[in-house]
Amino acid sequence: MKLSPGLILALLLTVELCVATSLQPRALAWTQGRASDQLMQVLLGDGRQILANQMFVEADVYFHSGYYPSMFDQAYAPTNAQHMTRDAGPQAGHEPDADTHAHDHHEEEEHERAMSFLGPPRNWLERFGRKFAITSHTHLGHGKEREILPWLRLSASLDPHRIETYVVAAYWLRQDLGKTKEAEDFLREGLKANPSSYELLLELGRLYYENYHDAVGARNVWNAALRRWTEQEGGKPDPDLAGLAQITVRLARLEEKEGHYAKAIELLELTLAHKASPHPEVLREQVQALRLELGRQRIPH
Amino acid sequence: MNTIFCLAGIVIKELYRRKDFYVLFVITAVITLMMSTVSFFHQAGIVRYLKDICLLLIWISSLVIAVVTAARQIPAERESRTIFPLLAKPVSRWQVVAGKFTGCWLACGLALAVFYLFFGAVCGAKEGHLALPQYFQAAWLQWAMLAVVISMVLLGSVVFSAPSANVTICFAVVAGILIVGAYLAKLAALQPPLAAGLLTLLYFMIPHLEWFYGVRERLVFDQDLIGWGDCALATAYAAAYVAVFLCATWLVFRRKALTA
Repeated sequence: MKLSPGLILALLLTVELCVATSLQPRALAWTQGRASDQLMQVLLGDGRQILANQMFVEADVYFHSGYYPSMFDQAYAPTNAQHMTRDAGPQAGHEPDADTHAHDHHEEEEHERAMSFLGPPRNWLERFGRKFAITSHTHLGHGKEREILPWLRLSASLDPHRIETYVVAAYWLRQDLGKTKEAEDFLREGLKANPSSYELLLELGRLYYENYHDAVGARNVWNAALRRWTEQEGGKPDPDLAGLAQITVRLARLEEKEGHYAKAIELLELTLAHKASPHPEVLREQVQALRLELGRQRIPH
Repeated sequence: MNTIFCLAGIVIKELYRRKDFYVLFVITAVITLMMSTVSFFHQAGIVRYLKDICLLLIWISSLVIAVVTAARQIPAERESRTIFPLLAKPVSRWQVVAGKFTGCWLACGLALAVFYLFFGAVCGAKEGHLALPQYFQAAWLQWAMLAVVISMVLLGSVVFSAPSANVTICFAVVAGILIVGAYLAKLAALQPPLAAGLLTLLYFMIPHLEWFYGVRERLVFDQDLIGWGDCALATAYAAAYVAVFLCATWLVFRRKALTA
């Protein structure tokens, strides 16, 4: 039997229609039954977390303008992403108190020491080869921080549960790039995937307080962050004390500015009770000063 | 010299008759242009990732062109038996080796020129300025590095029995040098004496292609120009390895039986 090309084409179209109608509900199930509808996540499975980590490292490489420890210098590789937000100087949004400054300075020194992984050249070949490599430790500045954003966006797409990605991206978006709305949207995207993250709430509170100058919004968000911290870290033998200090000290500053001295004292005492501050003596002095203010406030003029 | 350039001309004609270059260029251009349309957080002026990806594709494409083109030169002449009329011209075996090398190198140079013109156009459009001296240094040093690779592949083509084996081994060697070449001395320091000695020997023997790859990273991260004297020294370094590989190729090829 000889079939005409038109008949063959019609047959193929019919088969294609049948296959499409049977596959379409399954394709919908792929996108609805999982956390995200991205094809990459369906294809890569858990491997996407490794890739997401690699993308985050790539953002760090960009942040250091290519000067970064290789796989043979992993002992020197940064262990966290704090240096990616702390190195912007006093305008970086950290509280301008002696406690935080001393802590930041110490962290910067540690980071500087860790990144001196090259050492002196071992031979003439290495000395000459370094003329072609990037050998100075610098951080991006003057708006060039935008260059890390594609890798952070990609990292968040691959692993929506990686908190640091949202915090670092939102920090630069709102701090130096003037993209407050985008920063908020990205943080909210992170909160949607990680509703119990106190780190994201802390960063969102900073955005409200420092960028929108919305003290009420910031207080609500930071109080939520404190509750989340207590729920998650309160019972742990080794809780994230730095995270607690960041929330309580900021909240205490806000309450102090609003004239709620009793609340500010309570928060600073909570920090001291948990031994969350590396410089408790500074906090104790601040508590004393606040008590004086509170006393003055209570005495009627 | 004319004989060498005649042979080189044939290799260049072969490059533009074959589809390898066109396919690789189109892939590079399409991926780069697609990536350039992506918007991240509505932020303008993000360009480094684009330079990074484009240069990576240029590196991969140029290595593929260099290795594949060089690997088939002498085996193809032997297989099609055109080597006999060629040697009967008379053309010496040394001239065959030199002609094939020159042709492959010039063909890669032409391909690189097209790739870097495209790269310059993309960067110029996105950044609004052209760092021409940096582009020239990067292209020149990449071309010098490709000369080492081509000469190494030509040596492989007279040593290994099949072009496919040669291509695979050469790619593995080049990738190995690019990834661990710079760290062999560091690794040697952690080994027992015998292994340390062997690794150190290897470190000083291999051509350090990773230096040339470092220029790509300098270009991506907007680093200062490399000293022109250092560029000249790196070129001389590459030329020395080319001379060694071509001499070795000639030594093997002049004693090689041309019939299967």
